[in-house]
Formats: sequence, C-alpha cells, structure tokens
Amino acid sequence: MAPILDINNLYKSYGQTEILKDINVSIEKGDFLVLVGPSGCGKSTLLNCIAGLEPITGGQLNIAGQDMTNVSPKDRNIAMVFQSYALYPTMSVAKNITFGMKVRGVDKSVQDQKLAEVAKQLQIEKLLNRKPSQLSGGQRQRVAMGRALVRDPALFLFDEPLSNLDAKLRVEMRTEIKRLHQDLHASMVYVTHDQIEAMTLATKIVVMKDGIIQQIGTPAEIYRQPANLFVADFMGSPAMNLIPAKVSTDGNARRIEIARDGEAPLVLTDRRGVDLPKDVIIGLRPEDITDPGSRQGDNLELADVHVDVVEPAGADTYVVSRLGGKEVTARLQAETEVRPGARAQFAFDLGKATYFDPASGARLV
Amino acid sequence: MTDLSATQGASRPWGKIALRWGLYVLLGLFALYYLVPLFVMVTTSLKSLDEIRSGSLIALPREVTFDAWAKAWSGACTGIQCEGLKPYMWNSILLAIPAVLISTVIGAMNGYVVAQWRFRGANIIFALLLFGCFIPFQVVLLPMAKMLGILGLAGSIPGLILVHVVYGLGFTTLFFRNYYVTIPAELVKAAKIDGAGFFRIFWSIFLPLSLPIIVVSVIWQFTQIWNDFLFGVSFSQAGTQPITVALNNIVNSTTGVKEYNVDMAAAIIAALPTLLVYVVAGKYFIRGLTAGSVKG
Amino acid sequence: MTLWLERHVPKLVLAPTFIAILLFVYGFIAWTGWISLTKSRLMPKYDIEGFQQYDRLFAAPRWDVAMNNLYIFGALFIVISMVLGLLLAILLDQKIRTEGVLRTIYLYPMALSMIVTGTAWKWILNPGLGLEKVVQGWGFENFTFDWLVNPDYAIYTIVIAAVWQASGFVMALFLAGLRSVDTEIIKAAQVDGIPTTRIYTAIIIPSMAPIFLSAFIVLSHLAIKSFDLVIAMTNGGPGYATDLPATYMYAMAFSRGDLGQAASSAMIMMLVVFTIVVPYLYSELRTRND
Repeated sequence: MAPILDINNLYKSYGQTEILKDINVSIEKGDFLVLVGPSGCGKSTLLNCIAGLEPITGGQLNIAGQDMTNVSPKDRNIAMVFQSYALYPTMSVAKNITFGMKVRGVDKSVQDQKLAEVAKQLQIEKLLNRKPSQLSGGQRQRVAMGRALVRDPALFLFDEPLSNLDAKLRVEMRTEIKRLHQDLHASMVYVTHDQIEAMTLATKIVVMKDGIIQQIGTPAEIYRQPANLFVADFMGSPAMNLIPAKVSTDGNARRIEIARDGEAPLVLTDRRGVDLPKDVIIGLRPEDITDPGSRQGDNLELADVHVDVVEPAGADTYVVSRLGGKEVTARLQAETEVRPGARAQFAFDLGKATYFDPASGARLV
Repeated sequence: MTDLSATQGASRPWGKIALRWGLYVLLGLFALYYLVPLFVMVTTSLKSLDEIRSGSLIALPREVTFDAWAKAWSGACTGIQCEGLKPYMWNSILLAIPAVLISTVIGAMNGYVVAQWRFRGANIIFALLLFGCFIPFQVVLLPMAKMLGILGLAGSIPGLILVHVVYGLGFTTLFFRNYYVTIPAELVKAAKIDGAGFFRIFWSIFLPLSLPIIVVSVIWQFTQIWNDFLFGVSFSQAGTQPITVALNNIVNSTTGVKEYNVDMAAAIIAALPTLLVYVVAGKYFIRGLTAGSVKG
Repeated sequence: MTLWLERHVPKLVLAPTFIAILLFVYGFIAWTGWISLTKSRLMPKYDIEGFQQYDRLFAAPRWDVAMNNLYIFGALFIVISMVLGLLLAILLDQKIRTEGVLRTIYLYPMALSMIVTGTAWKWILNPGLGLEKVVQGWGFENFTFDWLVNPDYAIYTIVIAAVWQASGFVMALFLAGLRSVDTEIIKAAQVDGIPTTRIYTAIIIPSMAPIFLSAFIVLSHLAIKSFDLVIAMTNGGPGYATDLPATYMYAMAFSRGDLGQAASSAMIMMLVVFTIVVPYLYSELRTRND
C-alpha cells in the first residue's frame, strides 16, 4: 500500500527566500507525525503545503498515492485544526461542524447523524446551539476537533492546536488527542514548537530548523541519539548538557577531560571503547548526572562537583554547576541534601553519553 | 485612562472642587459655541421677516410661524423656478441611495480581496486606490465632464451616481479592508478545507460579521454624497440638481427681498437627513471619520 | 478551468475597480496635466505648447490672491482647529460625567454640509442684522463687525466657520489618542509623583505624535479642497478677495471658459496635496507591510 503521505524533494520559496529546502518525509496509515522546531523553522509552512493552502515551488507531494500538485485543499481529503481554532464566529457550534458537509451538498439527515456521533464522541452535545464566543478555550478546541472529525479524512492536520490553552488544559487535551489517534487509527500530521508535546504524541518526529530537516525518527531515537547539537539541545527539558571536553586514549577506555574554573579538570572515563577525536562535545542528559547510589550501571563515574544553584521541582531536584565553561544541570532525588556553595558527589552515567563534533555539530557516537 | 485627579489635589479638596467647577463651566461654554449657530438657525427660521429686522439675532421668536418652512419646502426660488427644496430633496435621495449601495458593495468585495486574498500586486492596487482618496477633485473635474458627455450621462442623475461611486470606492475599500484584516487568515483556510470557495466564504463567513462596518461605510458615503456640492454643481443641470446646490441657489439668489428665515429653514431641511443619521448612529459616524486617519 | 478560475477570482473581482481607478483617477490626472500644457481656452486643444499656462497663472493677480488666501486660511484653520481640538480632548478626558452628550455636541457640525455651515455663518456674521447688532444691543453702540464684507478680513470669517465645523473632529481624533496611551506608563508616573500637567506635556502628548500627523494631514487636505464654504459664505467676494485655488479653478473652468488656466491651477493644487500626502501614505504603507 502506498504511504498515506509522501513528500519528495519539496522546495518552497517566497520570491528569493527559500522557506523549505529539500524536504523528504513519508508516513504510513496510522502514523502520528509531529513536525517540531523553533518558530520560523518552516514547520507551519510545510503543513500549509500539505493542506494545499500554499503552493509548493518544487518537488512532489502525494497523499494516498495521488499527486497533489494541482489539487485544491477541498479535494485533498484532509481536515485541519488551527492554532486559533478558526471557528466561524457567526455560526453555532452545530453549524460550524456541519458547514463543510453543507457546502459539499451532503444529505441533511446524514449531516445530523454525523453531527450527533461526533458531538457524543467529544462530549459537546450540550454546546451545539452556542456561538463560539460563548465557549471556553477548551470547548472551542473540542469544536475545532469535531469539525475535523466529521470529515473522516485520510489525513488529519494540526497546526499548534494546544498553544492557546493554559498549562493544565493543554496536558488534558494532549491526552485526548492521543486517545483519539489510538481509537481512530487515523493518520495525523501535527505541528508544534513544544518538544514535550512532540515526544508524548508522536510515532515519528521531524525536527526542523531554518527550513531544513535536522532529523527524522521515533521519539526514543530523537531523544537518545540526536543527530546533531541542535536536536540534542532542542529536544528534552531541561536541555541536554553539552560540555566541551578533551579526549585521551587509555587502552580500550577513553579519558574525558572537562575544564573547571580555579580547580583541577574533571576527568571521567568512558569504558565503551568508542572511537573519538581529540576535541569533542560530550552530551549528558540531566538524568544521567545523578546522586551516587540511585543508579545502577557498569559505566558510572563518581566525581566531586561544586554546586551553584539548587532548584527543587517536587518530584526531582535540579542542581546546577559549572563545568567546561557551561552551566550543567544534574537531576537528583527530591530528598537530596545537596546545598548551594558546597561540594557534592555526583554519579555520571557515561554509558548514556553521546559525543558531537565541535566543528560540524554532528553526532559522533 | 486612569484617574489623573486621584493622587493630586486630594490634600486640598476645596481647590479640587473649584477646579472641577471651572472645568464644567469651560466645557459648557464650548458647548454653547457649537450650539449657538444651530439655535440661531432654528429661531430665525421660526420668525417673521419683520421680527428678524426689528429683533435680536439671539432672541427667541415672539411669535412662532412656520411660513418660512413651508416656503423653503415648496415655494422658494432657486433661480427662475420657485418650487422650493422638495424636488431637489428627491434628486438627492435618488442619487444617494444607489450610489451608497453600489460603492459599499464594491468596497466590501475589494476590501475582502485586499485583506484576505492577497496576490502579487494587490498592495500596489490598494496604494493606488488609497491615494485616489486624497486627490483634490478639481484635477478630475474637466475630464469627468467630458467623459460624462461621451457616455451620454452629462447633467443626469446616473452620471452623478457614477461619479460618486468611482470617487467613493477608495474610502469604502479602506473601511472594509481595515476591518477584514483583523479577521484571522485561518478562518479562510479552514473554510477552504471545508470546501467553500471565494464567494461562499464571503457570503457565509465574512458578510455575517460585517454589519458594523457596513453601517460605517453606508453612513460615511451617505453623508459625503448628501453633503457634496462640488460634483453636484459641476455635473448637474436645472432638473437634476442635488439639494446642496438648490440650497445655495436659494440663499444666493439676488432677486427679490432677502428672506433670512426661508434661508435658515432651507438650510435646516438640507441638513436634517445627515443630522438625523448623526444623532441615531453617531458612534459609526465617528468611526468612519477616524478610520481614514487613524488606521490599524 | 475551474482551478484557474479558483486561483484568479480575487484578481477578477478587483479588476473593475482597478480599471476604473486607473482611468478616472490617474488617466484623468494625466489628461488635466496634458491640457495644462496646451493653449486650450473654451475647447480643449491637444498640441503641447510648454508651460505657458503656468506662466500666465503665476502672473495672474487673482491667482496670487487665491494662493495667499490658501496660506492664511490653511495655517489659521489648521493651527486653531488643532489647539482647540486638543484642548477639548484634554478637558473631556478628566472623567467628565456628561462626556457622551458633550462629545455629540462638539462633533455634530462635522455631519453638516459646508453649504449649510456657510449659510448659517453668513447669516450670523452679516453686518446689518447679525452679531454686530447683538453686541450693539448689549450697549456697545459703536461696535462694528463687518469682516464678511471687508475685503481685508473676509477670509478670516471663512476660518471661523471652518474651525467651527472641523474642530470637533480633531477633538475626536485626539480623544481616541489620549485613551490609547499605555495606562501603565501613566500609573508609573503617578507613583513617581509627577504632577498631572507634566504627565500630559512630558508623556501623553509626545506619545500622540502620529495622531498630530494624521490630524494635520486631514486638516490640510480639507483646507486645500475647501470650496463649498467659500461659495456659500462669500462666493469668492468681495471682488475676488476670498478666492481659494479651488474656487479659482472652478471659475476658470465653468464661468470664464479658460480650460488651460483651470487645468494648470488644478495641477498646482494636486502638487500641493502630493507633497503633503505622499510621504505620509508612503510611511503608512511601509510600516504596515512589516
């Protein structure tokens, strides 16, 4: 079976400025593809290209095996949920949901039946006669989803649908979208700048920057094996610690030497036998720098570190120190006794470390 | 605005009270300045000519008479004809209604395109249109007279309608454009995906939202067209003159005795429709006035 | 075909307006410009003869008077309307209980035709039975006020009527401007103990610079186009003492049958408007495209 969405060598430019460069992505039916990146990276433009709201400059875009170049949005068999929800302000909720069917001349009885189904599914039966202005943010969000659901499309498109909601509601709706995806086995493309949303929702993530795809992979791949410094820094919260270091060989092991202000360098040993150049940037997630004894592993390195700031976060306590000229965050247990200004012993899990080339930013190991 | 008077003067309440009184007196005096001409017009129109000659300008009429009104309406001379303002009022209505409607409808469509369906060059067209609002109309007077002759519309009401529509389009387009740019572009995108086209989106989504700006546009165009004198005096002839031209002819006719009471009654009659609109829908009138100058 | 239509409908909708504007505005300006370079009199001639009409125009005493009047009228009208409008706006901004009513009163003249305004003021200012008589009636027997028929002062009566008509509009502009000033800045200034008058002169009024500009543009535009008011009040007289470029142009075009002079005077008016409005529109459109 053909991929539900297949993008080959897609280019998009406005006049002289290239917005999207050589985009290649494809997803199968049932995939949840998340396009993530900082603002201005081209992710929304790419979504608009998929929807047909923006013409593409070069390359090919297929939906369900069909070339979409000359197909207008309404004939692409897609539905879209927008950041501002884009509910038609003068129409009731029910009319908002059925507008598309009405335009297409769907039978009134079919319209009513589908409306009832969707309203039940999203628990908005009581809101059907209200105007959008009388709804809360979360309710508007549901109506916008309802409008997409009645279409029963080949592909759902979401353009930052949760960014206008407050933090608590955002988490709830995130779960709801995930549940919908599981229940419907639908294919979805979802744009966000929030890497947590990307991690929690996606079956496949595309990380973008400046109109170029940085990495495509499952959430685990993106998290554990980021393709370059940008992806490593962008995905994960708090961000991955990226510390400049010098490497020397000691038999099969590698000595990783990290400079410190006013004291001897911190030396850690990676015993995995990886092949490294002399200068690297070592990447360690905060959870891979932790209290001694709380972690098992065959490549744990213990070291004393000067503590600058302690930030209790409820479930964990984050501790910031200065290593290799960078602020380095460690994730300790909540009940840690570590105090700012004192020294403390941390366990560095070198078995989880990744290494990057300082010049190109690409991942080495 | 926050209360500027709250923090100051609290320690000297008497000074503050005196200041407030002074403020209200000053505002009242200004109100008088704006109202006196209207007051004089109304009282003069209700006096007899004898009383006008003997009494004071600002005195109330000793004896109220509506003769001047009757004459202004149906007997005053605008030159050789002495039919009052009645036929010219009718001309102005016949002229204003189609011109207002046509320019508003076209302006709405234009504004919708310029705000929501931008294409290469749309901004240039909008700039050209906007500049057209500002030209002194004297610069188009001569060729327009010639053009109306060519079209066979010289001296006719349809000719005047054409003129008012063409030179009103810049404003109506501006009104609708500035209103429609505030509507998120995502609405059009959503409707496109729902399968609606250009006209369907306008009809089902934009038009139902447009009542306030339609009112603004209609009021603006109506006041402009009703109050216009330059086009009226340049492009009409004896039977097709709008009311402002007829009023000027009554007031400035040099034959016979000067009947100030008739002049004033005629002026009030000519002003009534726009005054009425102002009183009923002043909010929209002000929005139209300011839309051309404070944008955004 | 349907896809083509779908893509080009917006252009098709705008096309009639575009063509109309091109013809009726820009084409007409070009035509007038052309005629201004010919020897046209009663009928248009199309042989370009150079700038003779402009030489004639600048040599004509009547045009001289008209331009002079425009400077006097324009300057006084703009300055007085602005000062009065700003004053009224600041006064109204002091939490006045009857603000709505007062605003309605200050602004209603703007809804009137200039012919109506002119008719009213012509009557009020007429030397025999108007204001003069009222003041004499108060006991000032020797009071005279004959500006309306005095060639040296008649232009100022036009200013009085024009200010009466337009100052309320300037008030509305400024009031909207005062209300749009960031209240947090004002609160901060109050907390700092800055007196109210200083808050106005140092914070609020400077932040309204764009509104001053808007008001200036609108008023100067009104001044240049002023035609109806002069016709209604003085008909350009006494003699041609209150002629403005607009009335000059009209007289040349429709009563003197001198198309060349009408066209060249119209082009000069156009030029004046151009120098004021184009930089303004340009900056407006520039900032908006960002």
